[in-house]
Amino acid sequence: MPDSSSATGLHTEEHNPALLHHFADPEQQRDAASLGMWVFLATEIMFFGGLFCAYLVYRRWYFGDFAAASRTINMAYGATNTAVLICSSLTVVLAVWAAQTARRTLLITSLILTMLLGLVFLGIKGIEYREKFTEHHVPGASFRFVQPIPGHPGQYANPRHAQIFFSLYFVMTGLHALHMIIGLGIFLWLLTMAWKGRFTPEWHTPVEMGGLYWHFVDIVWIYLFPLLYLIDRHP
Amino acid sequence: MPTAIAQPVERENYLNTKYGVWSWLLTTDHKRIALLYLLSITFFFFIGGFFALLIRLELLTPAGDLVQADTYNKLFTMHGMVMVFFFLIPSIPATLGNFLVPMMIGAKDLAFPRINLLSWYLYIIGGVMMLHCMLTGGVDTGWTFYAPFSTNFTNTKIVEAGLAIFVAGFSSILTGLNFVVTIHRMRAPGMTWSRLPLFIWAHYATSIIQLLGTPVVAVTIVLVAAERALHLGIFDPRLGGDPLLFQHLFWFYSHPAVYIMILPSMGVITEIIACFSRKRIFGYSFVAFSSIAIAVFGFLVWAHHMFVAGMSVYAALVFSLLSYAVAIPSAIKVFNWTATLYKGSIRYDAPMLYAFGFLGLFTIGGLTGLFLAALGIDVHVTDTYFVVAHFHYIMVGGAVMGYLGGMHFWWPKISGKLYPEGWARLAALIVFIGFNLTFFPQFVLGYMGMPRRYYDYSHMPEFQVLNVLSTAGATVLGVGYLLPMIYFLWSMRYGKPASDNPWNAAGLEWKTASPPPTFNFDEEPVVTWEAYNYEELDAPHSQEVPVAR
Amino acid sequence: MSAHSSASATSPLKGYFAVWIALLVGTGLTVYAATLDLAPYNAAIALAIATIKATLVALFFMHVWHAGEKLIKLVVIAALFFLMLLLGLTMTDYATRPWS
Repeated sequence: MPDSSSATGLHTEEHNPALLHHFADPEQQRDAASLGMWVFLATEIMFFGGLFCAYLVYRRWYFGDFAAASRTINMAYGATNTAVLICSSLTVVLAVWAAQTARRTLLITSLILTMLLGLVFLGIKGIEYREKFTEHHVPGASFRFVQPIPGHPGQYANPRHAQIFFSLYFVMTGLHALHMIIGLGIFLWLLTMAWKGRFTPEWHTPVEMGGLYWHFVDIVWIYLFPLLYLIDRHP
Repeated sequence: MPTAIAQPVERENYLNTKYGVWSWLLTTDHKRIALLYLLSITFFFFIGGFFALLIRLELLTPAGDLVQADTYNKLFTMHGMVMVFFFLIPSIPATLGNFLVPMMIGAKDLAFPRINLLSWYLYIIGGVMMLHCMLTGGVDTGWTFYAPFSTNFTNTKIVEAGLAIFVAGFSSILTGLNFVVTIHRMRAPGMTWSRLPLFIWAHYATSIIQLLGTPVVAVTIVLVAAERALHLGIFDPRLGGDPLLFQHLFWFYSHPAVYIMILPSMGVITEIIACFSRKRIFGYSFVAFSSIAIAVFGFLVWAHHMFVAGMSVYAALVFSLLSYAVAIPSAIKVFNWTATLYKGSIRYDAPMLYAFGFLGLFTIGGLTGLFLAALGIDVHVTDTYFVVAHFHYIMVGGAVMGYLGGMHFWWPKISGKLYPEGWARLAALIVFIGFNLTFFPQFVLGYMGMPRRYYDYSHMPEFQVLNVLSTAGATVLGVGYLLPMIYFLWSMRYGKPASDNPWNAAGLEWKTASPPPTFNFDEEPVVTWEAYNYEELDAPHSQEVPVAR
Repeated sequence: MSAHSSASATSPLKGYFAVWIALLVGTGLTVYAATLDLAPYNAAIALAIATIKATLVALFFMHVWHAGEKLIKLVVIAALFFLMLLLGLTMTDYATRPWS
């Protein structure tokens, strides 16, 4: 609850140029931004949640086929990407700390590192997608899938059900990648602001908010990795 | 020579502070954005109404003789899509909510004014896309665009319509986000949660639904578009996909969506009943918490739209029971409104007439929902006109009545002018009569077995009489809707100027000028009284006197 | 001054690096566990590890642990609750269909 001293038009105290007019004080503005970003992330949980629901239904129905399909996506790439994103979350948290403690060089370095790691992630993803394309595992007219069901010698996976797996794979990782790209855009904007010296220990809300978004995208991948890549990896 | 009359200097308010198209199109003032929305949703209301007119004209005769079957499919689809996504969902929150939420809590604006403007632009973009889709062929799947018809078999413009709804859905999400953050962070000093007008509680609950439900239908639209455009199929039975999964994901949003449509209306009704009974709402906490309960319970019942679609009958049992539970908080509200009226000092101004209409029609609509929640009955009346009548009683008899009541109640605040009370009461009566004439026969038709979404009922010509009554009612209803449009516009030029508080109503919005200044209050209010303090307002020493009309 | 660091007077860096290591270890553990035949618990273990990792990110990288008021925690819990409703109630249908 803001305690206010603002009368009409009279600014008796100096305030940060970033303070917007309809807020009583910078703290209210930052609290509003923070709550706003968290509420937005809640909507994103539900957005991805619909896909997880579809995944849950079909994995239960077609476990063997899903397991077979899961084996054909590259676990090494997936695990590497998981590590890449975890490292990028670290650089994000360092960026926020740098902004809090007026360490401009560290801030800029961390932002750049984060973006580089994001690009590495997308690059590896691109390689994976290309692999799937050449193996004819992209759903559509040219889909072909001949793989045994793990643990059931002599049985082959139903290619139609495998197509459902790959549909989910492409939609879920594709949507995630889209969020990464948007995240890169956000961090580019943060980088330019940081370069111009706009962030201070008193005001660095965009860095914090951008960080929250990035961490969320990381968390989505933390769930996607085992669900898509690790259904059945028994040798 | 006539003497020159000194013109009074017009005080600065949000309407006259700046002129010009760009001052409106680039505004971040929540009140101006509310008016932008008002114009836009009124436009789409007429588009949706136009489709309704064509539907009712076709159904005048048993034979399908006005339009072809495919065209008729498009008519009811576009009617549904436009009315649900471009009229009902935004209606009260984007107009009255945008205008009043900051004022009622004593704030200068919403938490994120620029996002508010973005919301409106997203709505317009979605609307333009939908218009373009309609003009270039439209969609014929029903507003529910079930798979696999929508994904694999129809040739109509599903992707475009879906994207239009996706964009409009974002508008809805951002509005909800703005309201939640505003209500949490920007209440004036002294405005505790228990002093908030119940209109605010209703919009808070609505926002929760908008935030948590809309993303699910958004991703479902993405899946449908992906299935059509990229052949990424997960609803295709030929691949082993389950069409019912689509229905689960679709209705997970679309059922709570109906609570998005009704909760704000309930908030309006609460304000009106309190003011025109001159009493504090009976059971404030119950009404407040019932709003939240409706929002939460509303997420538990979606599969009651799927009882006969092939879902598990055991799950159907669960959802049926839960659907009974969701009626309870709504019933609590009806009881509390009624108890508020008891021994109140009732005035029958137009807003109150709409409130009375709401009470009766919402109750009928709600009770018939319970019939539908019973599995045994649902098997017989699902996909008949019984369902159509049920939801129109709530959507039109409930939500639209509340919307109109609210528009009348706050019109003096919004425009600074009084609407003509005589015409308003007449219009309310015409709306009520027209509504019942349109939709009550549909209960009977459905019970008798007339299926919905049929353009031709010549196999059962005895349905014609009731259909003719229904179409006649629709015409009357249309007149009833046109009248407020005319006299509201008239009042902006010729209406009597309104005082700050023509109704002597409780609420912070009435403590500032009509129309309000751009930043709402000359000084930040400090709240030291409880909500609905009508006893104080009506006390003999009070300055304000109820306006005699 | 940011409220986020007010709770820890000392530098939070050690904590951040500790969480980072824990997350990497967790990733390795997930991969390793997937190669073991622990059916029918493979999925549960994978999800449990993922949840621990996600919780670490949320609590310490996103500063939920140090959040002054309960509201943020409520927002997260509410979203997860409704997600569980979506998954759980949908499964009441799929899990009780007597036909395939």
